Amino acid sequence: MENILTVNNLTKKFDLLTAVNDVSFNIKKGNVYGILGPNGSGKSTTLGIVLNVVNKSAGDFFWFDGNTSTHQALKKVGAIIERPNFYPYMTAEQNLKLVCKIKEVPNDKIHEKLELVGLLDRKDSKFKTYSLGMKQRLAIASALLNDPEILILDEPTNGLDPQGIHQIREIIKKIASMGTTILLASHLLDEVEKVCSHVIILRKGHMLYSGRVDEMIASHGFFELKADNEKELMAVLEKNPAFGSLKIENGLITAFLNEPMDATTFNKFMFEKGIVLSHLVKRKESLEEQFLTITKNQAN
Amino acid sequence: MKRLLQIEFIKLWNNRASRVLTIAYFILLTFIALFATIKFDIGDVHFQLADQGIFNFPYIWHFNTYIAAFFKLFLAIVIVSMMSNEYSNKTIKQNLIDGLSKKEFILSKFLTVVVFSIISTIFIFVVSLILGMIYSDYTELSIIFSDLEYFLAFFVKLLGFFSFCLFLGIFVKRSAFALGFLILWQVFEGIFYGLAHWQLDSNIANGISRFLPLEAMSNLIKEPFSRLGAVQSVASQVGESITKDYSVHWYEILIVLVWTFIFIYLSFALLKKRDL
Repeated sequence: MENILTVNNLTKKFDLLTAVNDVSFNIKKGNVYGILGPNGSGKSTTLGIVLNVVNKSAGDFFWFDGNTSTHQALKKVGAIIERPNFYPYMTAEQNLKLVCKIKEVPNDKIHEKLELVGLLDRKDSKFKTYSLGMKQRLAIASALLNDPEILILDEPTNGLDPQGIHQIREIIKKIASMGTTILLASHLLDEVEKVCSHVIILRKGHMLYSGRVDEMIASHGFFELKADNEKELMAVLEKNPAFGSLKIENGLITAFLNEPMDATTFNKFMFEKGIVLSHLVKRKESLEEQFLTITKNQAN
Repeated sequence: MKRLLQIEFIKLWNNRASRVLTIAYFILLTFIALFATIKFDIGDVHFQLADQGIFNFPYIWHFNTYIAAFFKLFLAIVIVSMMSNEYSNKTIKQNLIDGLSKKEFILSKFLTVVVFSIISTIFIFVVSLILGMIYSDYTELSIIFSDLEYFLAFFVKLLGFFSFCLFLGIFVKRSAFALGFLILWQVFEGIFYGLAHWQLDSNIANGISRFLPLEAMSNLIKEPFSRLGAVQSVASQVGESITKDYSVHWYEILIVLVWTFIFIYLSFALLKKRDL
């Protein structure tokens, strides 16, 4: 697959603090990536470096095939970071015209993109009169003006009200469905889980994981079970080596698998043992559980 | 280059404060013509400034470029704020992310400064030419087109001063503080000159201070008043003769151009080094 961004051993030191420590990853066309990590884990600094606004201390990165300078490459990238930054005294349309000039693209996409984020009727209002949600949507419109190869979003829903968050997520989903590569930095796990196929996990500047979301930890998932004869069920499960840890919570038994097993096989097995289940769900760990496992494992 | 200027033009022209100040600056430049209307009538003495020869070619070139240079402070405000606003609005960050290189960013600002200086120079040339045609005692072509080096000096003076403002804008990041710093610098040069004059001697003091940026800029065009016929005749009546070199020297221009280069280069180096 085509390379969009390659980062090798990137490091950034601020005086005493090492904000980004030896981070490497690769972004390929067509996937949706998430950079996940708590506040202060180095997400924004990493993005700042590849976006030409923060100087790296060591390591390197290149865009696309590595033959274009960073600022030329950025014309094919759409990025919004933290807060939307525009000229407050200019209208939405004037601001976007300026962005078109910088990106060297014609002005004819302005209306289309304003329409996409639902701001077309406010195009002649000054930026300073916008609410935070509108500002953020304008930033997305601005990032899309060049129909970018990749859209980079850093905490796009930060500080927004529920309605604003919903609007931004809908827009991101719409863009992802059009096949645009997306890199989404967030500390909100469900946000990343909902849209990302790949994830990079950072903590205190260190990269803990980089790869597919569903391959994050070697796990075969677990069953959630309920039966009238709870004790007998527990006894059967304990004897079977396919199951690892078991726990009971509010009458719901959670049985973790040591080896792959589908729900049909399990149900048949239970039936043979003469146990009738009143509840059977097979699940995989949520991203949140996986994230906590990974960060816990590396906590020391 | 055209693209960079267009980018800067969009930023400046849509800002009401910048637009008003820029227009005010050019209107003020035309007000030099008002000197022509200064008249005194004291009893039998009729005095009109225009009759004193201030609008004679080629003296008018000297006089008008000297006076017009005072108004550069208006554009200085525009230039300092066009730089520091990029910091306070964080738009500099967005500009870079959108694909402007740091070099292009500085270049777009510098080109704007060059254009401001060129337009001011042409403008003051046209205003002076019109005034001269009306009031000058001599209108022979050879006289009109003599001493034009004052315009080169005027251009370089503005260019150097605006580059200094640009640098202060990026260095201090806040327009009010940057302008304060400009005044502080002027005071510093004054104190330096005073100390050197007091501790060493006036030759050395002059010798060193003409290399200081603001002093170098003001040295480009010397004060034109003592060159006026009326002033000269008063001086000779009291037994003094004023012998002063009013001309523009190439090395003075060179000093200011070197400062211009230093300011722009420092701005670039500073931007390159900073994390935004």
